[in-house]
Amino acid sequence: MSAIAIPRRHRTYLAVDYTIRSWLLTTDHKRIAVLYLVSITLMFLVGGLAATLMRLSLLSPTSALVDSETYNKLFTMHGVVMVWFFLIPSIPSVLGNFIVPLMIGARDLAFPRLNLLSWYIYLVGAIFTLFALVNGGVDTGWTFYTPFSTSASTTNVEAVAAGIFILGFSSILTGMNFIVTIHRLRAPGLTWFRLPLFLWSTYATSVILVLATPVLGIALLLITAERILHVGFFDPALGGDPLLFQNLFWFYSHPAVYIMILPGMGVVSELIATFARKPVFGYTFVAMASVAIAVLGFLVWGHHMFVAGISTHAALMFSALSYLVAIPSAIKVFNWTATLYRGAITLHTPLLYALGFIGLFTIGGLTGLFLASLGLDVQVHDTYFVIAHFHYIMVGGMVMAYMGGLHYWWPKLTGRMYSEMWGRIAAVVIFIGFNLTFFPQYILGYLGMPRRYVVYPPEFQTLHVMSTAGASILAVGYFLPLVYLLLSLRLGKLAGPNPWGATGLEWQTSSPPPKLNFPTVPVVTGPPYDYVGRAAGR
Amino acid sequence: MDGVIPVRVHVVVWLVLLLLAGINLGLSQLRLGGWSGALALLIAALQALLIALFLMHLRWSPAVVRIIAVAALLWLVILIVGTLDDVLTRGWLSAPGR
Amino acid sequence: MIARTRPAALRAREALGEQYSTLEQQHTASELGMWIFLATELMLFGGLFTAYAVYRTVYSAGFAEGSRHLDLLYGAVNTAILLTSSLTMALAVRAAQLGQQRALMRALAVTAILGLLFLAIKAAEYQKHFAEGMVPGLAWTYQGPLATQIELFFFAYFAMTALHSVHLGVGVVTVAVITVLARHGAFLGERHTPVEMLGLYWHFVDVIWIFLVPLLYLFGPSS
Repeated sequence: MSAIAIPRRHRTYLAVDYTIRSWLLTTDHKRIAVLYLVSITLMFLVGGLAATLMRLSLLSPTSALVDSETYNKLFTMHGVVMVWFFLIPSIPSVLGNFIVPLMIGARDLAFPRLNLLSWYIYLVGAIFTLFALVNGGVDTGWTFYTPFSTSASTTNVEAVAAGIFILGFSSILTGMNFIVTIHRLRAPGLTWFRLPLFLWSTYATSVILVLATPVLGIALLLITAERILHVGFFDPALGGDPLLFQNLFWFYSHPAVYIMILPGMGVVSELIATFARKPVFGYTFVAMASVAIAVLGFLVWGHHMFVAGISTHAALMFSALSYLVAIPSAIKVFNWTATLYRGAITLHTPLLYALGFIGLFTIGGLTGLFLASLGLDVQVHDTYFVIAHFHYIMVGGMVMAYMGGLHYWWPKLTGRMYSEMWGRIAAVVIFIGFNLTFFPQYILGYLGMPRRYVVYPPEFQTLHVMSTAGASILAVGYFLPLVYLLLSLRLGKLAGPNPWGATGLEWQTSSPPPKLNFPTVPVVTGPPYDYVGRAAGR
Repeated sequence: MDGVIPVRVHVVVWLVLLLLAGINLGLSQLRLGGWSGALALLIAALQALLIALFLMHLRWSPAVVRIIAVAALLWLVILIVGTLDDVLTRGWLSAPGR
Repeated sequence: MIARTRPAALRAREALGEQYSTLEQQHTASELGMWIFLATELMLFGGLFTAYAVYRTVYSAGFAEGSRHLDLLYGAVNTAILLTSSLTMALAVRAAQLGQQRALMRALAVTAILGLLFLAIKAAEYQKHFAEGMVPGLAWTYQGPLATQIELFFFAYFAMTALHSVHLGVGVVTVAVITVLARHGAFLGERHTPVEMLGLYWHFVDVIWIFLVPLLYLFGPSS
């Protein structure tokens, strides 16, 4: 192989240059995606370590491991790391960065240097946050509620706030890049309604990233200022309202959960279409549903504050709007199901994750509706019911979608196939482990187990032990892909341009792609997911 | 590429902006009471509109750019209205136990 | 009425990124990107506007009284300075588009100087507040009716004007850097886009100030 010199322009993006400098100063979206992949995996391990220590402690009603102070620091770091340094960047910065230009028929994103900058900003934010972790931890919860975070907590709140503030710029740059790319860099013939649904989801996600993140930024600046100056907007001594912080915080953080789920939905659309070999049913509805989720998601933030002291009037409005926002999500679930109906289904690993997503996201989403109901929320707010709800969506939904997408596009990223047997085993282990971990938590919450407590009444122990057992299975499930995906880099079967026989421009170039993605810019002449047309020989 | 805007357009807009600023300052001295705040903000909005349209070239920009400008304003309004709604109605309806 | 210039094909090729097929596409992409960034900035300030809206509504007497402790002269002079700097910035963009290097540098330099002047006057104003003991958290000695509400007003005043000044400061530094680069012939004709984008940012900072003035300075005198 090495005797034949391959012209540089035909080398894959991995082979173009092997120096560290070429990686650290790259502006190639594909390399930046790999840099993000490594970074978020490391942060996932940090967040996972915190969760492990938490679940181990909860084995006993009097805490098997850590004291309450330490437990507060653990759940804070788990939330902060998982939300901002894993979930939010996961699909957009890894899969989005890699796939969006390919899927759109472009040679790179609109602003490649800003893309690299976004990764470095991510690193700086992560360093600040890890510094706080090592330097005694933070005990406010990932939600930083005032007045505890501003006047009572003695931990390094400023450092974590700074880390998240900095990370916010990474989110904003990423979102901005995607919006401009999708508007301006589409291949000839690729009209809006010919875009694969992953791009619609990415676009909707990017709109949220751009409009919501700055409000988090100002909220964090304000609590930092109040900690330093000992006066501020949230200080009751001045007549300030601690609830104002929550309004600003949740104005970002509710849309943030849609930042975390929309990309997953986009991936699921791609997986369902490919592995049922059918166009997605109701394409236009699914595309518009992404936009609707992004918009409506901004109107419901008060549902996190039902029992915090907001007015009854506001609570009613937010409750009604929260019911409304469930509709586009439901539309997607119905349409995915209709796509599967009478499809030519092959149960490859990515599809197993997609199917898991549909089931678990539905459960999580339905329990979200329960929480949107004011009466029920009074009962279960701040209990494990809420924790189960959002983990069903974030882990049962989003992480599974991420894993599905990672497996699906792994051949494109690396040029290698992973082991299908181990892929399926891991998917099943994760599904079982996940449900064993989190389903008992619905029951725990309904029975009254409060969140953020490491000590609890003894009658809850059985359910906690079940949950921890499930967590250990889940951990095994996550460990497996770490091993077999890495092994596939050396031992995996070489993948061709289109191992799945899928439609989409990313499959019309080699695996891995060359640095500039396409030898010639593709031209699009038909709708996405044109399996019917292709089968008919068009 | 953008067209080039004549100097006189810039200068006229600048003079109008200064005039509006002066009017705003002057009106504030009149102690108009209740609606003075809204009036002052209205004049400020007019100034902002002039800057956006003529100095920031929105008048000649593609539709998508104008949509972004409007969307940003709309989202700011959502944030303020949503928060104010909570604050202003705290004493309205009562729920059992409150 | 609006003149259009045509790119020289050779120079065009040098200025084009690999992912773009025409300069026009690259230019509109930059424009779109900058406006999105300005939208994020609006939401950043928006949090402060929200806090202000809430507290002015519930503490209108205190906020009005607080506003009367601001010196309108500082606000008025700074407004004139900043509005003029927007003019010079717009003229700088025009000069860049027309390839007029000396005019570009002059206009940029004046813009930066006006920006610095604004900041200097602001600093003097802050100095006055310190001397009067009207700085929440750092030097607050005001006592009297509505003292806590007035302190809340001043927190809002400092938060909003400080954030604005930081943004203006970043703008001034960037204008200075661009001026130096312009000295070497950058940003002329087809390559004017960075100046135009900087201009958008500068005008945005101006617009923020235009709203801060009625909220902070004019409220007191008019009620």
